[in-house]
Amino acid sequence: MSGAPNPLRVAIIGAGPAAFYAADHILKQSSSAEVDMFDRLPTPFGLVRHGVAPDHQKIKSVVKGFAAVATSPRFRFYGNVEFGRDVDLAGLARHYHQVLFATGAQTDRRMNIPGEDLAGSYPATEFVAWYNGHPAYRDEAFDLQTPAAVVVGVGNVAIDVARMLSLEEHELAATDMARHAVAALARSQVRDVYVLGRRGPAQAAFTTPELKELSELPNVDLVIDPAEAALDALSAAELERANDPVLRRKVELIQSLATRPPAGRPRRLHLRFLVSPEALIDDGHGRVAAVRLARNELVGSETGSLSAKPTGATETIAAGIVFRSVGYRGVPLPGVPFDTRWGVVANVAGRVCSPETHELVPGLYTAGWIKRGPSGVIGTNKADAVETVHAMLADAEAGLTLDPAQPTAAAADEYVRRCCARPVSFADWQRLDALEVEAGARAGCPRVKFASVASMLAALAGEGGPAGN
Amino acid sequence: MKLENVLAVKGSRIETCALTDTVRDVIAHLKAANVGALVVVDGGRPVGIISERDIARAVDGESNVPSLPVQSLMTREVVFGAPGDDVAAVLDTMTANHFRHLPVVLDGELVGIVTTGDLVRAELDTLRGHVVTLEDQVMAGGGE
Ligand SMILES: Cc1cc2nc3c(=O)[nH]c(=O)nc-3n(C[C@H](O)[C@H](O)[C@H](O)COP(=O)(O)OP(=O)(O)OC[C@H]3O[C@@H](n4cnc5c(N)ncnc54)[C@H](O)[C@@H]3O)c2cc1C
Repeated sequence: MSGAPNPLRVAIIGAGPAAFYAADHILKQSSSAEVDMFDRLPTPFGLVRHGVAPDHQKIKSVVKGFAAVATSPRFRFYGNVEFGRDVDLAGLARHYHQVLFATGAQTDRRMNIPGEDLAGSYPATEFVAWYNGHPAYRDEAFDLQTPAAVVVGVGNVAIDVARMLSLEEHELAATDMARHAVAALARSQVRDVYVLGRRGPAQAAFTTPELKELSELPNVDLVIDPAEAALDALSAAELERANDPVLRRKVELIQSLATRPPAGRPRRLHLRFLVSPEALIDDGHGRVAAVRLARNELVGSETGSLSAKPTGATETIAAGIVFRSVGYRGVPLPGVPFDTRWGVVANVAGRVCSPETHELVPGLYTAGWIKRGPSGVIGTNKADAVETVHAMLADAEAGLTLDPAQPTAAAADEYVRRCCARPVSFADWQRLDALEVEAGARAGCPRVKFASVASMLAALAGEGGPAGN
Repeated sequence: MKLENVLAVKGSRIETCALTDTVRDVIAHLKAANVGALVVVDGGRPVGIISERDIARAVDGESNVPSLPVQSLMTREVVFGAPGDDVAAVLDTMTANHFRHLPVVLDGELVGIVTTGDLVRAELDTLRGHVVTLEDQVMAGGGE
């Protein structure tokens, strides 16, 4: 006989890809389970809306599948409800058998170099959130009145940031970039963008299509120093040994682009290898004026992994704005065990546990970036979420759940409404979505995003649309 | 993908034993913890590793193996990884040199252990993630 509560009531915190993949699997695997999904923002989809670059609309089409999940009568969305601010564990434990945390990784790692906190030095995440219309970053001001910008890192986020800094106004305006960001970038004086990779071409994290895209920007000369594009003996040996056609193709493209003569275009994107920022230099008024770089060489370790070691040579690049993109970290959630070393909710295959004893905490689960750290692409969250859901359903079957006093949809709804003045439902979101897309059609872009929570709530009350907020 | 990404999933738990433990103790520990190797520590420092394979090799032609101390069988030339090491490179090295367990050290402190199985799974998860992402796009009609 099954010990599973019927219906099994699940709260999911976060509404990004991991949350939707998990909800989908729960609803498909169980014919009675009920899922309520909470997000601090009124809008769903997490980094698909606020991370993925505005000129990459094709990738954003995954949200169609997520929206299909929301059509289930056993699914409810509560946007504008933050765990830790509006609802908490004690409250949720009165109405749900299980709580799944899928809150993503929310902060950038630091570089730990002198000058990092000068004005003009920013985490790339803030810039990304700002240009993608994340309401919490609406009022950030990035001073782009400088001829050169530096982006530290060569992952996909760094490449996105460099591309956004390099596009022309009409190119930006054709995307769903937040209108305040389009306006600010249109006034940008930045003409040279330096992207800095600590190691060589064979270790760069960007993909070949991402690089190809940079090389095809009509107003941008992609500048790569052939000497930096050449492989050192260790990398050449690694490439040989790995026999990985994907890596080989990337290295070949980098090397062939390095030989391309500049076409005298108005903007330049400098892709640098084997350099690390050593210090950000003060202009005398507390602002970044330049970045001092250490030149690196690669050294092998016993494990075969190559790491960067300064050669002693340095150089300085004049730049008034610096974005660091050297990794993300998860942020602890109130009352939820956290593994501070790896920056994730402490868990064993998705079951939350004590970080010290590994003892499981019944009823609590995690998925996505807050479970495994910031790695992989959107689809990686699917298998990750499915693993967690397997654990959830097995535990429910075994009767290992929270013991809610009022496990009903009505009582939960009442609780949420007591905690939050204006929860946003999925139907509400669909109205906002329609208004954004409509405004976009008028403006000649995929959508015009609402950029503040207030403007979204006003639109839901029948006052105004996304433009001019 | 780096070893730290694998450890974020796997956690920092490491099964250890002392130099003077017997092979019998080790076998019981391997079985109870369901792992294939223990890191041998002396005064908190990792000084070796003892794996199922070390034991299997010693058994050949020896009858008193279970009562031998760990230090007589363990591998002393242990390769250590760093959290920033690339999974692909490490996996190549482990496969080429036939070892399956890699303790990971940060600032002299043991912070986890990865096996070739963990690394293969991490690589596979990454590749599958790309496939799912591309398939989702195609199915949503967003593919070209
Ligand atoms: C800049 C950037 C660009 C990217 N581009 C791509 C790309 O082009 N292709 C690709 O495949 N992948 C890309 N990724 C990776 C992809 O976005 C992630 O794999 C994925 O979003 C992780 O999903 P998640 O559900 O774990 O977290 P998230 O997407 O971050 O979702 C977490 C959600 O939780 C909510 N939340 C957080 N805290 C709370 C709280 N206390 N209470 C309530 N809600 C909360 C957040 O508002 C958010 O909506 C990119 C990532 C970044 C950062």
